[in-house]
Amino acid sequence: MEREKTDIFSRESQRESGRKGKQLSGRGEGLEPQVAEETARESSAKTGLPLWMLGLGADRLRADMNRLLALLFHQGVLDEQFLQLQQLQDETSPNFVSEVVNIYFHESEKLLRNLRGLLMDREFSDYKKMGIHLNQFMGSSSSIGAKRVRNVCVAFRAASEQNNRAGCLRALELVEHEYCYLKNKLHELFQLEQQRVLAAGVRYPIQN
Amino acid sequence: MTVEERKGGLAGEDGVKDPFPVGMRVLAVDDDPTCLMLLDGLLRRCQYQVTTTNQAITALKMLRENKNNFDLVISDVSMPDMDGFKLLELVGLEMDLPVIMLSSHSDPKLVMRGITHGACDYLLKPVRIEELKNIWQHVIRRKKIDSKDQNKSADQDNALHADGEGGEGPPSSSNADQNGKLNRKRKDQNEDEEEEGEENGEENEDPSSQKKPRVVWSVELHRKFVAAVNQLGIEKAVPKRILDLMNVEGLTRENVASHLQKYRLYLKRISCVATQQANMVAAFGAKDSSYMRMGSLDGFGDFRGLAGPGRLNSTAMSSYPPSGMLGRLNSPAGLSLRGLTSSGLIQTGHAQNSSNSVNTHGKLQPVVLPTNQSASLFQGIPTSLELDQLQQRKCISTQRGEFSSVDNTTVFTTANGFPDSRMTVHSSSNSLSNAPSNPLMLQSNPQQTLCRGGLANQSSLKAVTLNPEPYTMGVSGSSNFLDHGRCNENWQSALQLSKFPSNSLPLSEPLNCDPLTTNNLREHISSTGSHIRRSPIDFSATSVLAGPLEDSRGEMPCQSGLIGNVVQNINYAPKQRWEEQKQDYTQSSNHVFGTLNSIIPANNVMGPLNHSLDQNNAACNRKMDMPLISQSNASSSSLVQHSEVEKSAMDTKMVSNEDYLLEQTKSQDGLIHNSYESLDDLMSAMIKRSLGS
Repeated sequence: MEREKTDIFSRESQRESGRKGKQLSGRGEGLEPQVAEETARESSAKTGLPLWMLGLGADRLRADMNRLLALLFHQGVLDEQFLQLQQLQDETSPNFVSEVVNIYFHESEKLLRNLRGLLMDREFSDYKKMGIHLNQFMGSSSSIGAKRVRNVCVAFRAASEQNNRAGCLRALELVEHEYCYLKNKLHELFQLEQQRVLAAGVRYPIQN
Repeated sequence: MTVEERKGGLAGEDGVKDPFPVGMRVLAVDDDPTCLMLLDGLLRRCQYQVTTTNQAITALKMLRENKNNFDLVISDVSMPDMDGFKLLELVGLEMDLPVIMLSSHSDPKLVMRGITHGACDYLLKPVRIEELKNIWQHVIRRKKIDSKDQNKSADQDNALHADGEGGEGPPSSSNADQNGKLNRKRKDQNEDEEEEGEENGEENEDPSSQKKPRVVWSVELHRKFVAAVNQLGIEKAVPKRILDLMNVEGLTRENVASHLQKYRLYLKRISCVATQQANMVAAFGAKDSSYMRMGSLDGFGDFRGLAGPGRLNSTAMSSYPPSGMLGRLNSPAGLSLRGLTSSGLIQTGHAQNSSNSVNTHGKLQPVVLPTNQSASLFQGIPTSLELDQLQQRKCISTQRGEFSSVDNTTVFTTANGFPDSRMTVHSSSNSLSNAPSNPLMLQSNPQQTLCRGGLANQSSLKAVTLNPEPYTMGVSGSSNFLDHGRCNENWQSALQLSKFPSNSLPLSEPLNCDPLTTNNLREHISSTGSHIRRSPIDFSATSVLAGPLEDSRGEMPCQSGLIGNVVQNINYAPKQRWEEQKQDYTQSSNHVFGTLNSIIPANNVMGPLNHSLDQNNAACNRKMDMPLISQSNASSSSLVQHSEVEKSAMDTKMVSNEDYLLEQTKSQDGLIHNSYESLDDLMSAMIKRSLGS
């Protein structure tokens, strides 16, 4: 089960790494032609250099970040609650978002493991307990703005209220998928943020 | 003492209030660390002082240590060590602090439990900062309610302020302040009353601190007098009992006795010409404007036949300061300036008496008496106070011309409660919009039916007097009054409607997940909102709306805040509901689809997948969605295709239903949002206004 779990959690990231070549389209900058400039990540993948050393500049990284965010909003992965989270980040709490999100990841994985453990049990019957876990997961997901995750949780809850084990299992799979995707994307986002901060502090001669 | 007390209270309130939401000490309890941290951040952003704990037991300990450490508690519903509702109860019982419940689940049963356990509010996760910005209202409200309990009688008795305002925010001290400001006529008396009320908690019958040597029988005072008389029955009305009923500070039995004597004489006089008046009124009923042209004093000639007061009043009327119409009455100056209003009042009084059910028209009688009495009392010697009164009435008349007497009549005829404030406010404001206020006042008059009946008779009776001028006032007044009577209906319905949600929302299940009920509630809310919007006196209507909310005790006080949240929760409810229907995925896809509509689906990656997706299992489709989405790196084009495919693959009926409902909810959400905004805005405006005043 653990392996399966790591599979689920890591599968998406593997898929992700295979995607480096694909472009990300962002609405903020309008439609980009098929052969638009590659993202910073793509450059980094090509050259093997860390992003911040590419000399791409903080602006580029910020643009990438924005694009990624825009995409996530478009997909409904995140909603405006995430923006609220970002707004709470300021000088007094400069890493607020990443702190909260990391706590979320930590807790959520615990919860998801619990849920799966419960459901995989052949004699599973404690829907109430599952409901508690689920509720908490739902609450925290909605609090950070993970819209799709929360939506799938709703389906999960409905199945749980009907004591529909098969439905719960299916819903759990969906939840896990969505969660993985979200986690990957958010990691990506934070990476970009980190790089941007670093790049902003680095001065390189501009390379073409 | 009194003034200082009041001002001190007000200043204290102001002083406390202005920075108050800032630095409010909140205790946040939630077992979920993510939410707790988020809550902490949000609350800090609202500039509250936040203490967090993830255990209810710890929270209780902290609270028990010193309950004055905190102003407000926010607690999650589901916690491992203790049920959130249990914590809520304990906090309410032991510390009497406002508690807000927090939950990710908008189950109406939970909300109901929250209410029954005494929660001030019930918020849904994710908590938004806008909601948190308003939670301080619960603290203020609780304080106000506690202090209001002590000053209840003072508030109710004077009611010179909007009821809603009294309930919403400002302390009774500020009400007293307003009273003093608004009602100069009875300024001293009001102050006396307010202070006495605040001190004693009950209006004293003892005219203990009678400051003024002579009692001025103001309109309100006379109205009370007549009300008391009617209540007792004109035969059985004895000064002592009248005094008791009137419940006015600083009034002696002797005052009442002398006033009663004059009143009895007046009643005798007017009863003679009652029938004549009725005919006249009937005849003149339709022609308002013509009567506005106050002729010479001769017009009052017959009126004089009504004996002393009539005579005086006519002269008074003639000396009435010029208004558009009333200018002609101005011939004799220096007389008491009761003028038209008084005559109008007399008319009403006469009419009432002629209709011979004194009790029935008792309400309208006071209108006459003060003028009569004061006219007789202060013949040619208008005191400053009287001049004030007259000026007030003058203002009323000047503004309204033909409506002036109506104003006065309506003003005077309305009972306590709303009317006083309205009357004075409107007399000072002098706008035609006062007209609607009159029906409003009338409506609030518990004996409004009587009034209306009286009005009908009044009109008929007024016509009796041959005297054009005073009667014109009466006539026009009465005819207009009838119109106002009609307006009353509208107002009544409007107000009832506005009151309706206040009753229906919190008591029923506001968050009934059934979309139909939710829709109905939305309609109610929106209709409420629209009614409120429509009303020319938004504040009054809202205050009426808020009034019942605020005036009631216990859980009700929370409901005005709850309404906002209820509305917002209803906003949430459909979304939750949607999700619970397992259709959310389609919904989100639809949403995504909608947003990505413009993006050209260039990718044919989905081509082969179309077939696979054409399978019947919706869940299967969904399942495949995910990997597809992730595989394609979430290219929007694929998503578009995806949604399309999914749409076609899914049962169209289901989809269309969802879409329909989605749009419906969206439109209603918009509507609710508007209403919510308007309600919320109105309420916050009211709070601000009352707090700022």
